[in-house]
Amino acid sequence: MTAPPLAMLAELTHRCPLSCPYCSNPLELSQRETELPTETWVDVLRQAADLGVLQLHLSGGEPASRRDLEEITTAAVEAGLYTNLITSGIGLTEPRLRQLDEIGLDHIQLSLQGITAEMADRIGGYRGGFERKMKVAQWIGEIGFPLTLNAVMHRQNLDGLEQTIDLAIRLGARRLEVACVQFHGWAAINKAALMPSLEQARQARDTVNAARERLAGQLVIDFVPPDYYAKFPKACMGGWGSTGLNIAPDGSVLPCHAAQTIPGLTFDNVRDRALADIWSNGAAFNAFRGTDWMKEPCRSCERREIDWGGCRCQAVALAGDARATDPICSRSPHNAKVREQIAALQGDGSFTYRQIAADRPAAQKTA
Amino acid sequence: MTPEDLLPGAARPTLLRGVRRHWDKVRGTWVLLAPERALILDEIGAAVLGETDGKATFDEIVQRLAEKYAAPPEQIAGDTRRFLVSLIQRRMAEARP
Repeated sequence: MTAPPLAMLAELTHRCPLSCPYCSNPLELSQRETELPTETWVDVLRQAADLGVLQLHLSGGEPASRRDLEEITTAAVEAGLYTNLITSGIGLTEPRLRQLDEIGLDHIQLSLQGITAEMADRIGGYRGGFERKMKVAQWIGEIGFPLTLNAVMHRQNLDGLEQTIDLAIRLGARRLEVACVQFHGWAAINKAALMPSLEQARQARDTVNAARERLAGQLVIDFVPPDYYAKFPKACMGGWGSTGLNIAPDGSVLPCHAAQTIPGLTFDNVRDRALADIWSNGAAFNAFRGTDWMKEPCRSCERREIDWGGCRCQAVALAGDARATDPICSRSPHNAKVREQIAALQGDGSFTYRQIAADRPAAQKTA
Repeated sequence: MTPEDLLPGAARPTLLRGVRRHWDKVRGTWVLLAPERALILDEIGAAVLGETDGKATFDEIVQRLAEKYAAPPEQIAGDTRRFLVSLIQRRMAEARP
């Protein structure tokens, strides 16, 4: 029997007022008409709790863009799920937050694009976003929600890491995620503008370690390092089909948020099939579960049940083979070439902003 | 700071908002749910948090557990303090005066 998942990411919508150039949503964003209706989400959340999911992450796009966020949150709380709202803050008002508090929302994760309005609004592609976010953070503090600040870090803002940590303290955050951009979705096409230097990566690690010591018991810092400089890959999703699943806005059930970039996989939809059946028997979930699918050097590697081969999407993106060892791994035959490519990246700092195809104006939005 | 400084005997350990003990009916075990974390609780952890109601002091919790499990309080105190201090350091609990 397949062990049940612990966590589920519910991507309620791909709509978002921001257009961050590192968004992890796919390049082909779902249109509003294809989004699951409220009642389907309510049913799916019950199924998830029955399956063994403990933690629910309500995400997007911007989940507050859905007017039924409160109804969906109610269903999650009633199902007994630990409910986390992952938001940019845009679209949340004080009355909406107070209602979510009454409903029983457990935790809020607020994204941070930069430490100044100028920087944050340029990266998010949304003027006034930073100021609004600071207001939302204040309401979150007044209501008393536990707050995690999720600072997405990259070449253009990593040098402000110390100030980012200070801001987390000022906002009363209990946790800070220093999440270096992972190169999937929109980030992959903005690699040159976003890839940190080796020196920045080292500095970030040192800054985080020093802050952890200094702020023990006050602020918990989770660090997602820039994995291109790591010796071994991240165990993506803690192992494919082992701990978590994602539901896309249209109801597709994905083993990870970028899984649709892997050629040849087919995805079941909660409109057609029960969640438990998809988790245990769905073709996409079984494609890379466990270790049987592995090739060398993973197959005989002593780390095969630590790294689980790393990231399948990165294997496709960099080695053109979903079964290959994650090319970030120093043991991958592709690793030397990947490192050369990274060293040679030259960007002028300009972005391709995230946009839903139908909304795309004739002229590209610029900062 | 020593564990005794972080959690004196007269302090009242309390789980912070957004942190709660939950019976996982699918896995048949107690778990601790917290922001971005789900910890499977062993028997000791589940018992300690069962007594951690924000009203009882640390010493009272130890006393209750010692009676319940017919074990020496000194031994219970060590395990209990280690566990609760680990939660305090991870910002899942606090010691209230």
